Amino acid sequence: MEWAGLLTYGVFFVTVAGIYAVLTLGLNVQFGFTGQINIGIAGFFAVGAYTSAILTTAASDHHLGGFGLPFPIGVAGAMVASALVAVVIGWVTMRLRTDYLAIATIGIAEIIRLALKNEEWLTNGVRGVPAIPRPFSETLEFDTLAGLAGLLPDPLEATVLEVLSGPLGAAVLEVLSGPLVSLVVVLVFLALAWWMVERARVSPWGRVLRAIRENEDGVRAAGKDVVRCRLQAFVLGSAIMGMAGALYANFVGFISPEAFLPLYGTFLVWVMLIAGGAGNNTGALVGAFVIWLLWSATQFLTDALGAEYATQAGALRVLLIGVLLQVILILRPQGLVPENGRKGRH
Amino acid sequence: MLMDFLQVGLYGVVLGSILTLGAIGVSLIYGILRFAHFAHGDLMALGAYFALSLVVGLGFPVWASAPFAIVAAALAAIAIDQIVYRRLRRVEPVILLISSFGIAIALRSIIQLVWGPHNQVYVKGIQMPWRVGDLIVKPDHVWIVLGAVVLVIALHLFLTRTKTGKAMRAMSDNMDLALVSGIPAERVIMATWAVGGGLAAVAGIFLAMDTRLHPVMGWSVLLPVFAAAILGGIGRPYGAIAGGMVIGMAMELSTMIIDPTYKPAVAFGLMVLMLIVRPQGLFKGNA
Amino acid sequence: MSLLTIEGVTGGYGGADILHGVDLRVGPGEIVVIIGPNGAGKSTLMKAAFGLVTIREGAVLFERRDITRLRPDQIVREGVSYVPQERNVFPSMTVHENLEMGAFIRDDDIRPQLDKIYDLFPRLGERRDQVAGSMSGGERQMLAMGRALMLEPKLLLLDEPTAGLSPLFMDQTFERIQSINRTGIGILMVEQNAKQALAICDRGYVLTMGRNRVEDTGASLLANKDVAEMFLGG
Repeated sequence: MEWAGLLTYGVFFVTVAGIYAVLTLGLNVQFGFTGQINIGIAGFFAVGAYTSAILTTAASDHHLGGFGLPFPIGVAGAMVASALVAVVIGWVTMRLRTDYLAIATIGIAEIIRLALKNEEWLTNGVRGVPAIPRPFSETLEFDTLAGLAGLLPDPLEATVLEVLSGPLGAAVLEVLSGPLVSLVVVLVFLALAWWMVERARVSPWGRVLRAIRENEDGVRAAGKDVVRCRLQAFVLGSAIMGMAGALYANFVGFISPEAFLPLYGTFLVWVMLIAGGAGNNTGALVGAFVIWLLWSATQFLTDALGAEYATQAGALRVLLIGVLLQVILILRPQGLVPENGRKGRH
Repeated sequence: MLMDFLQVGLYGVVLGSILTLGAIGVSLIYGILRFAHFAHGDLMALGAYFALSLVVGLGFPVWASAPFAIVAAALAAIAIDQIVYRRLRRVEPVILLISSFGIAIALRSIIQLVWGPHNQVYVKGIQMPWRVGDLIVKPDHVWIVLGAVVLVIALHLFLTRTKTGKAMRAMSDNMDLALVSGIPAERVIMATWAVGGGLAAVAGIFLAMDTRLHPVMGWSVLLPVFAAAILGGIGRPYGAIAGGMVIGMAMELSTMIIDPTYKPAVAFGLMVLMLIVRPQGLFKGNA
Repeated sequence: MSLLTIEGVTGGYGGADILHGVDLRVGPGEIVVIIGPNGAGKSTLMKAAFGLVTIREGAVLFERRDITRLRPDQIVREGVSYVPQERNVFPSMTVHENLEMGAFIRDDDIRPQLDKIYDLFPRLGERRDQVAGSMSGGERQMLAMGRALMLEPKLLLLDEPTAGLSPLFMDQTFERIQSINRTGIGILMVEQNAKQALAICDRGYVLTMGRNRVEDTGASLLANKDVAEMFLGG
């Protein structure tokens, strides 16, 4: 029982960290490659999550749809929806200093959150969208495993079947049938996101983006369409954030506007990217896992202070991460895994 | 109908006064330090809570606690600048932007830790409104508008009559020339934070008088404050006055047509419109 | 004793060096001109005297005091004022306020000095409440010099003071520079209009590729065939 709980927690931990890693990769395309500031990550994340939820849930009277479509279509829809929002915001702000983009993203995230709360026909408002199906959850059941065990030599098969039928087996199955599949799905999509972003980084397009970041006028003088390249990067990054949203929705099975506050959706992702090393995809991954580990570890504050002080403990945790961000920016702005050729910014 | 319009317009002036005080600070800081200060809303909230401590703890009336809150918020702004932003000044301004976002989150946590996560008010109970014809005027609204007018005049005098105020304008105009003229940049930057922080405290107190105190109050008002600053041409404190009034008025008047929850969307829409049509703001400056 | 001494200065803006062991001297009350082709490091050399360049080797002395490592705001207090080539006024401020900002570090009564500037540049006196951004290029150049003179410096550094001015304003500007100099202020300037500049200066330096090429009196440089071919348009 003990280690089944630990296993469940481990699976849960890596799954959430993986979703954050996808978000961080998306932000890396925007900030790391191109120097764009997006303070509305939570908004793009939410658009992806709700799009996928509406596409994949069974028909419901409480919100738009659902359309009962397969999970991959949910992910694709989420990416397209987030990309569309990004096109609109980007079109308005790409010609201007990045401060304006930053302010505009704050605005769009806030408006998305208001809409999620108020447009009940679309999102069921504050009550949220329940019963979002887990991807491929029916694949790993007792019969499947028993079938697999049949491939083993007889004495071993008997032992495995015995274990599977016992209480330990039930616990293992419970983990395997749901969370483990989700974990695999998240890791597969993380690998996909990584592959896209890394390909983009080493491509000629990626080099143009870095050149824009270092010397915008020079790139413009070389005849490149700076605004267009920047917009492409912003849209790609936002689409990846939308993908993370779909993964999240189908992993937790229930979403409501509360899940998309700037604190979790935006702030933590920024800390992850800065801590890992902006511009570097490995850095983005490392940052996501390390900061998620740290954030989870600060949970002990809540436990130590007791339920009575739960809100204070929560605030204290956020404060610690906020201070950590400043310390990193001042002492190690290049992050844990610095981008090649970019030393500390001092 | 006309009465409704006037009544809502009055709310617009009240909200406009609050936004103006916040937007002036944002604009001053942008003009001199060249970054959008995302912790400004939370600085406003901090100022409002400083006042709450005096109101609740020592039984001060709100107006008497304001001066202490102003000083405390100004000191807090200077401290944040000295401890954090100052060390990042030689780096690209975008890093300051991210840093200030982190400070915003940290300030909000501090507010939650010290004052708790719940809604609070300065004075319990309902204020007896005055009736002017068919208009309903709350005394608090009068104080807010008058307070904003007095502060704007004081700021104008400061910027045009005092050496430090003129140096702030000079640095905003042409930082390099200010430096080669021997203007002590760091001292003027401190003064800028003091003014910006002090005005933010008043804006926060006014906002709390008009609505209530809540840890997220500052973050919620950040978007309209920036919309006001951008409308007036960010970096130009005088533009922020017009920008604040336009945004405040538009947000309140829109409630006659659309769901009031979408008030921030109106500010956002105006801001986006401005960015498309005239990114330099309502008043073309020296650019 | 010389006012400003630059000795074997090597340095630039953090990247590659632009100056390579350059020497230069300005005596009290002298007008000294730096000429040379584009990219020779003329402006950089002048900025090196004002703490705006990272100096790796060599020294800058002002009246025997080592100012090599001082910042611009410290050098101003020593009695050196600098007029940048571009963006050299506060555009949203009035003429009067621009001059006040020039005197920011003074705590005494600046009115006598203001009167002197308005005497020297009557045009500024007529427009003291006009916003600098709305003035013509020539007027702005006057204002920029006026601003720099508010501290009553011993040495005035001028970076291409006639760049972009009409011929009429150009002549006026050279005349003003001479009248400023007659009050005893030493002047170091970088100029594109080498002919006119050499005509009013005491001594001139020719700089190429960040190195000293020729140094002589203005009259001799004007007469120098090589210099004439290179910079004076034949």
